[in-house]
Amino acid sequence: MGDDENREPKTTYREAMREALREALRADERVFLMGEDVGRYGGCFGVSLGLLEEFGPERVRDTPLSESAFVGAGIGAALAGMRPIVEIMTVNFSLLALDQILNNAATLLHMSGGQLPVPLVIRMTTGAGRQLAAQHSHSLEGWYAHIPGIRVLAPATLEDARHMLAPALADRDPVLIFEHGSLYNVSGELLPPTASVDLDHAAIRRPGTDISLITYGGSLSKALGAADELAAEGISAEVIDLRTLRPLDDAAVTASVARTHRAVVIDEAWRTGSLAAEVSARIAEGSFYELDAPVERVCSAEVPMPYARRLEEAALPQTADIVAAAHRAVD
Amino acid sequence: MSVARTTRTRKDPASPKSGKGTAAKRRKSGPRVGPPGTGRRTDQLEAMLRIRRFEERCVELYSAAKIRGFVHLYIGEEAVAVGVNQVLTPEDAVVSTYREHGHALARGITAEAVMAEMYGRTTGCSGGRGGSMHLFDASRRFYGGNAIVAGGLPLAAGLALADRMRGQANVTCCFFGDGAFAEGEFHETANLAALWKLPLLLVCENNLYAMGTALERHEAQTDLAMRAASYGMVSWAVDGMDVEAVEQATRRAVEGIRAGTGPHFLELRTYRFRAHSMYDPDRYREKGEIEQWKSRDPVSLLMDRMRDSGELDDEEVARIEQRITDEIDHAVETAEQAPEEPVEHLLHHVTSGPAEVVS
Ligand SMILES: Cc1ncc(C[n+]2csc(CCOP(=O)(O)OP(=O)(O)O)c2C)c(N)n1
Repeated sequence: MGDDENREPKTTYREAMREALREALRADERVFLMGEDVGRYGGCFGVSLGLLEEFGPERVRDTPLSESAFVGAGIGAALAGMRPIVEIMTVNFSLLALDQILNNAATLLHMSGGQLPVPLVIRMTTGAGRQLAAQHSHSLEGWYAHIPGIRVLAPATLEDARHMLAPALADRDPVLIFEHGSLYNVSGELLPPTASVDLDHAAIRRPGTDISLITYGGSLSKALGAADELAAEGISAEVIDLRTLRPLDDAAVTASVARTHRAVVIDEAWRTGSLAAEVSARIAEGSFYELDAPVERVCSAEVPMPYARRLEEAALPQTADIVAAAHRAVD
Repeated sequence: MSVARTTRTRKDPASPKSGKGTAAKRRKSGPRVGPPGTGRRTDQLEAMLRIRRFEERCVELYSAAKIRGFVHLYIGEEAVAVGVNQVLTPEDAVVSTYREHGHALARGITAEAVMAEMYGRTTGCSGGRGGSMHLFDASRRFYGGNAIVAGGLPLAAGLALADRMRGQANVTCCFFGDGAFAEGEFHETANLAALWKLPLLLVCENNLYAMGTALERHEAQTDLAMRAASYGMVSWAVDGMDVEAVEQATRRAVEGIRAGTGPHFLELRTYRFRAHSMYDPDRYREKGEIEQWKSRDPVSLLMDRMRDSGELDDEEVARIEQRITDEIDHAVETAEQAPEEPVEHLLHHVTSGPAEVVS
């Protein structure tokens, strides 16, 4: 492993995100970053480390512990022509700002008859896997994907972490970016920007012909792992990374199912009322006659996320669960 | 810390009757309370009467089922909207609540655009998508129209923050009720605004009730100005029935804010003469209490003062009343005839781009 690190220059997901922030702050004076501990501390997850020194406390702005006030202030600043990037430590805490996100950010454009777009980016972490127990581990991005008027992104790769922020800032509407907490330390060689990074399309992370594994965010690596195992058995799995949870890229899902005729949807949220439920319903609505087997879902167990490692692992979708679901569909 | 002042260009108050045209065009004209800051009593009187007569007409229209939804009347509180707005310039920003007809009219949104909105018509100031509780006018920096109690406060801090970051001398004024004082959002915003010295004017309309809950039954400490002062901002309690007192206090506060001393808080002691909303049977207040407050009706108070000093006679009152009646008649007429938004436009303005297609 040490050898590996010496061989090629690697970038972490954290660094990719930081580079995206740096570029945004450099490119446009209207951009500023605001949130709890984004300045002196360097960001709760170290994403904004060093940016305070480079851009100063006006533009890398530490806020009080007041999710509602500083998210709402981001909305107000966006209304007045700024381009704020608001960081919320985790999706759990975003619930204290849910009123501002839903009742203001997502609705002002409509309620004002088109007069008041809210060009705001809100970033936050999501997901489990680090034994942080129930109040730091849930995956609630699906709730946000329920809301019309906002865009919801889930960058799962280094390239998406690096290159989704700029188009998110260019969007005239509120964009929520969900960064899975287990991704920050993932490292690899950052590929040069390609035309494939956009905010409208899902990505085929691995082409296949026998079954579609449809997922996003922190579950992508597990789905890819499952595809490897399935390949060893001679089953060719296509892995679809949704990337944008709202609006969903229906066409990509439909096209994949038309190729493979089988689908497993993997989502770290609870199964009931999840994004996986939405994707499954859409497959049932749009691709029913393409299906050779019922759609399978692999989600988290319906339990507040436990602390104990074995229990947490048991609650989360794992590669083996995905493989088993694929077998059920294929056999 | 100093805040750079930008040069302001003040538009002349345009004629209230802009005739036909697009909603956007209409929004650009309309009555203001005289050139901002002149403090002329007749302007104040006319502005207050416009709000009162407009809302009285709303009651009739509501009873006739012409307008629907939640309608919250401002009658009794007109001195606040007029006194405060008189001091603000067109470049300043205003954030309001669901009880905002008065704020909107005093800000210069035409009775025609507001009435059309009550009718849910395309020509309404929110294109018929907002209704009574969600009046907006971007061209006048009027940012609603928020039906979540205290929901506008953080937003106002952000507007003020943007102005500050760009060195603009604008003030953001946020209206809210005494009920909002109990919400965390008020306290989060007060702390943030004072900490960052934001150019924010917090205008608390203390009408003594949050729906049916009296102030002493919803606040442990009912001296609101004192509590606001604990955040380290200048705070005053003001007679909210006296438009001149409101105007003076606002002027002092706005001067302080523009000089860079951070947010100011005004507690305006006022009273709503009507029920909380059109649905409210108003069982929680004594008749005597209401009558007592009516004896300090802000409109009569100013009229009496003007009559005493010989500035006002019956003819002048009749002229003002006639102008307002014409204006509101015209607003109702045009609203009745205005087109309704086609249903095919249902999904417009959900996002700025093309409508999201959900298969
Ligand atoms: C967050 C929230 N809680 C409750 C309500 C229901 N509600 C609407 S108005 C109101 C009373 C608010 O009183 P106050 O802030 O004093 O304003 P006023 O109506 O007196 O102008 C309540 C409880 C609401 N709209 N929003």
